[in-house]
Amino acid sequence: MSLNATRPNLLAAPGVAWLVAFMVVPCLLVLSYAFFQRGVWGGVEYTVTLENFARVADPLYAKIFLNSARIALTATVIAILIAYPAAYAISRAPRMSQPILLFFAVLPFWSNYLIRTYAWIVLLNREGLINNLLRSLGYTGEPLSMLYTESAVITGLVYNYLPFVILAIYSTLSRLNPELMEASRDLGAGPVRTFLRVTLPLTLPGVAAGGVFVFVLSIGNFVTPALLGGGRFQMVGNLVYDQFLTANDWPFGAALGAALILTMIVLLLLQARATAHASGERKGEAAQ
Amino acid sequence: MNATFSSKLPGRIVLLLVFGFLYLPIAVLVLLSFNDSGLPTSWSGFSVRWYGALLANTDILRAAGNTFIVAIFATVISTVLGTLLALGMETRRRKSNGLEALAFAPMVIPDIVLAVALLTFFSRLGLAMGLHTIVISHVIFDLAFVCSVVRARLKHFDFSIVEASRDLGASGWTTFWRVTFPVLLPSIVAGALLAFTLSVDEFIIAFFTAGAGRSSITLPMQIYSMIRFGITPEVNALATIVMGVSATALLISQWLNRQQQVP
Repeated sequence: MSLNATRPNLLAAPGVAWLVAFMVVPCLLVLSYAFFQRGVWGGVEYTVTLENFARVADPLYAKIFLNSARIALTATVIAILIAYPAAYAISRAPRMSQPILLFFAVLPFWSNYLIRTYAWIVLLNREGLINNLLRSLGYTGEPLSMLYTESAVITGLVYNYLPFVILAIYSTLSRLNPELMEASRDLGAGPVRTFLRVTLPLTLPGVAAGGVFVFVLSIGNFVTPALLGGGRFQMVGNLVYDQFLTANDWPFGAALGAALILTMIVLLLLQARATAHASGERKGEAAQ
Repeated sequence: MNATFSSKLPGRIVLLLVFGFLYLPIAVLVLLSFNDSGLPTSWSGFSVRWYGALLANTDILRAAGNTFIVAIFATVISTVLGTLLALGMETRRRKSNGLEALAFAPMVIPDIVLAVALLTFFSRLGLAMGLHTIVISHVIFDLAFVCSVVRARLKHFDFSIVEASRDLGASGWTTFWRVTFPVLLPSIVAGALLAFTLSVDEFIIAFFTAGAGRSSITLPMQIYSMIRFGITPEVNALATIVMGVSATALLISQWLNRQQQVP
């Protein structure tokens, strides 16, 4: 290649500089705040302390952390259960229509998150569409209060992140070598057994990638709990939001943010290991 | 015939259900925006009065103007930086893990974390916050997405045509504009359109970096304050317009991306 060695670095420099100056430095800065004390009038007092991290582990906040982890996990599991059959059906559709189906499955994901959440307020409201439908079907009881419940929050999270999980699972399904399934069938395994023993294990990296994504974004979400939970369900995202915008306790907010990032990094590393493990197995199979 | 039908049926039912789940809520919103009463309780006739109400709402018009300004600046800056970054990363001899992580991070970092980090950073610098700080912040994730779209194209790029151009005596500059750039152009435009929609729709980071005061409110911030306390008919119309713009930009972006995959 005629390009000399410094050119690539020169090309990358402005973008790298932007990301370092406005992403890496601010993240490190906010992380460093977690080690300082809160000032008397808000703000930060530069006395080093580990108190903020201790507070994250305080039962009151640990409970919120665990509760949001539970909500996020429920949303993750449901999203995977819906996304897997959808991705499978897309991968089995005629080759020509697969990109189109996939595009329309992912399209909502790129559009406005608030609007997609708002659509569920319209549906679940006491005066909303579902209650109206029930009434016109002859239901005369009290309108169902579906909005401002934990189920509404979970529904919103699943709805918003489902497209990405479909994409992640589809990408592993479409790379699958069909000969492996044929071999399994030829060796006498039924369709169910072939799926459970061949297809599913080989597509687990996609499931993991989609799952980690939903979990991390759900646990750090503050919009969905605020809109569909009516502020009644505190999640870690809301807690961070409060520390920065209402309670004015930035050091504690920073410690909570650090806990979120740590959760994400651990999950991403686990996912990377799972992927490496699966591809290692695949290589092993190819060698045999 | 019967066998293929029955084997395809479950897949079709699954797709029908999932696409119904994904698109019905949006369809309801669009339909409702044309309902004269504006309420989901009953259909009282087709009307565009809620769209008219939008045009009379100065808060919304100003928010739309702000959103457009932010999106244009963020798109231009991130398209240039993201394309250069993609070129830099794909022409390197050795893959750098640090660089990969840096370019990947903006796409996976929870937005609340980036938002509070930027708020802390800007206030520590004592920088007055407004539309310019939203632009700076949006460029971060916009450039990562532009970079990944352009890199996908570069992976199939035959660098020998660059060498051929150089061998024939063209300068590096001429080669870029006459050889590399035309090949990359569809993916650059696709990346720019994606960056534009992401910026138009982004709420959390804008919310934290807009500063106090109403002068730098963007459309998603305006929508958030309108929907926090229930349904307002105007939002249905606004939502329909915003989604229409996003969907159009994304359709063009996708079309450009597919054009270039045909050899």
